[in-house]
Amino acid sequence: MHPEIGTGKTPENLIPVHIMGTRYMVPPSLPIMAAMEYAGYRLLRGCGCRRGLRRACGTAYRIHGDPQLFSGLACQTVVQSGMYLAQIPFFPARRASYDLTKLEPSAVALFGAYPQLLRCLGCGACTKACPQDIDVRAYMAAGMKGDIQRMADLSFDCIMCGLCAARCPAEEAQYNIALLARRLTGRYLVPRSAHLEERLEEIRRGDFDADLAELKSLSKQELTARYSAREIEPEDRLGSRED
Amino acid sequence: MSGYPTAMQASISRVEATRGRRLRETFPAVSLEERQQVLDDFHPDYIEENMRPVRVGVSKGQRMPLELADVLEGRPHIGANFDLTASAGSTDVVIIGGGGAGAAAALLAQEHGARVTLVTKLRFGDANTMMAQGGIQAADRPEDSPAIHYLDVVGGGHFTNDPDLVEALVKDAPLIVAWLESLGVMFDKQADGTMVERHGGGTSRMRMHSARDYTGAEIMRTLRDEVRNREADITVVEFSPAVELVLDESGCAVGAVVVNLETNAYSFLGASAVVLATGGGGRLHYQGFPTTNHYGATADGVVLAYRVGAPLGYLESMQYHPTGAAFPEQIVGLLVTEKVRSLGAQPVNKLGEQFVYPLEPRDVEAAAFIRECQERDKGILTSSGQRGVWLDSPMVEAIHGQGTIQRNLPAMVRQFDRFGIDIAQEPILVYPTLHYQNGGIRTRPDGSTAVPGLFLAGEISGGVHGHNRLMGNSLREITVFGRRAGRSAAV
Ligand SMILES: Cc1cc2nc3c(=O)[nH]c(=O)nc-3n(C[C@H](O)[C@H](O)[C@H](O)COP(=O)(O)OP(=O)(O)OC[C@H]3O[C@@H](n4cnc5c(N)ncnc54)[C@H](O)[C@@H]3O)c2cc1C
Ligand code: SF4
Ligand code: SF4
Repeated sequence: MHPEIGTGKTPENLIPVHIMGTRYMVPPSLPIMAAMEYAGYRLLRGCGCRRGLRRACGTAYRIHGDPQLFSGLACQTVVQSGMYLAQIPFFPARRASYDLTKLEPSAVALFGAYPQLLRCLGCGACTKACPQDIDVRAYMAAGMKGDIQRMADLSFDCIMCGLCAARCPAEEAQYNIALLARRLTGRYLVPRSAHLEERLEEIRRGDFDADLAELKSLSKQELTARYSAREIEPEDRLGSRED
Repeated sequence: MSGYPTAMQASISRVEATRGRRLRETFPAVSLEERQQVLDDFHPDYIEENMRPVRVGVSKGQRMPLELADVLEGRPHIGANFDLTASAGSTDVVIIGGGGAGAAAALLAQEHGARVTLVTKLRFGDANTMMAQGGIQAADRPEDSPAIHYLDVVGGGHFTNDPDLVEALVKDAPLIVAWLESLGVMFDKQADGTMVERHGGGTSRMRMHSARDYTGAEIMRTLRDEVRNREADITVVEFSPAVELVLDESGCAVGAVVVNLETNAYSFLGASAVVLATGGGGRLHYQGFPTTNHYGATADGVVLAYRVGAPLGYLESMQYHPTGAAFPEQIVGLLVTEKVRSLGAQPVNKLGEQFVYPLEPRDVEAAAFIRECQERDKGILTSSGQRGVWLDSPMVEAIHGQGTIQRNLPAMVRQFDRFGIDIAQEPILVYPTLHYQNGGIRTRPDGSTAVPGLFLAGEISGGVHGHNRLMGNSLREITVFGRRAGRSAAV
């Protein structure tokens, strides 16, 4: 069992939920995934990072007395009394195979790989289902207009959970189309970096080989001295990045 | 309403009372000697009773956490009489592990003419790679160079790194940024194409590339998509962990035994070379620490390789990220990004006092948090018995203006908001969490190991980071050595 929950204490106010049809009593504060573990499930499919970063834990649910079908990520959505849960860890949406090097960054590439893109009804069911708060309908609309870069930009936070496709009446594979748009953008549409190209040339010429060979030959003491004497480039207003 | 219980709110008031003064003064960084002192006394790697030497195998006598020594000495899943004719087929290169290192290896092996089978324990991409948010290092600005990057890496690693591996890492780094771009990875850039690059703990130049807050996910989903595009040559088998490597009479690796998690059937997958890319072991919860790692990170590959005779290295050092969530209980261990500190939030104790420079190297920062909670007893105790110190996140808004937190850390805001905590208004309780396996199986720059036919790449390996990895160098490592291992295995 997940160590974060295994404290041995029994919370007082357990609530009823139905997991894959069976009723269990679980603590009300837990995310769905932890509640399933609490109920004794050994998670195999449908679990992953626990941070809402992966698409491994898509879950569909209904609440007792409410006709609506909801969806969310099991690691992020907190249980509610009377929830009926079904996990959809895998959604078999269509994925096209392509050779990125042979495509052109135009609408033709998108429609060629995913002709059904044009069938989108603009109903917005996908946007409502997205646990990342992405306006899926809007990126689909950008795709239909052939605005690849906008589709890439709007869909960037997609974790490919498949919940949008699960709710789509037009059987779109939104997240796969968006992935193609992002790859076309990264490869063809954003401007190249002059400083990177220059560095590649310098490395090819062997410009750094002597410096590196020298560093590799230094004793720990000499390295320590060099390290302590390093000049630290001042930070700009963007600050640093981590993890 | 605050999501913190009343007992903790009293301490929060003290944090608020000192905030004004702390906005003007920051606790100074300590000398190299003082760093060593706090490490010796408080870092988990130095707690003798929680470590022991492994008693069997080529690296007999190496010190490591008890839990890891136990699994290295554990009984195998299958017996010596296992029937190798229960075959799952054969291929040129079998790759074990579907994270970033495995995907990069698959692509390069395929490009060098090999038929590839990639087996993975959960789903393809269910991996630590997917969770990396911060960034990836490469020295590609004129102010920077691979040599300066080299110095940062070995200084961060306490000068114990394998020099050949570091050289490969820093020299390949810019090439791999270009490779990832050619596959369609969208790095953060300015309008003219200049990369947006920042500092990270231990960097002397700004060289941290990023893809918004999804750097690892962007790399992983792109590599995975490309692997899927090559399905004619690369077969991916999910929910099928490897449980043993197989050597031929001459001691060459010739495949692996895998188990199908759905049917529990064991079978042998034959190959002319094997690439191990199974990642780290945070889920072994060394010394009872919580972890940031994904569910499948249980050091499997280290055990598999060790059982066929590959030497270990650097496993006495694990990386504890100083800021794991310590409250509420449901998210204990989850990563609170270092960005919170780099944007200006200070760690403070229950009295609202600073006690450490906010951006010491990770091991030093983590040890200082533990000292504050243990020796000095100035930590905050939660109702579930977890200790922690405050990370004063509201300072970020005071320094950079209202809305900065929502703009820069939307995922974190969402995470805590679910529990009624507004991190723009209230501090975050943090405690070190098990984050990264610095060591692993010894490897060479071409990804080869002491066992012929066995190659490896990624967090499973040991040497490139010495005793301490700097952030942004592991996404770098998995792509550099994933490519190298894949190529070596194919040729
Ligand atoms: C929360 C978090 C944030 C991070 N942030 C950063 C960052 O900003 N920058 C950075 O550089 N690094 C970061 N890291 C570290 C970095 O993400 C990892 O070190 C790196 O991605 C590891 O890649 P890998 O391919 O070696 O392993 P993984 O990506 O973990 O992949 C290993 C794969 O092997 C599979 N596997 C395991 N056992 C078996 C088996 N027996 N058989 C078959 N398959 C198996 C697993 O299921 C998994 O798919 C972070 C890590 C975490 C956890
Ligand atoms: S659910 Fe389907 S049809 Fe409706 S807007 Fe989204 S993609 Fe279009
Ligand atoms: S766009 Fe679709 S696949 Fe992507 S996160 Fe949203 S619901 Fe999931």
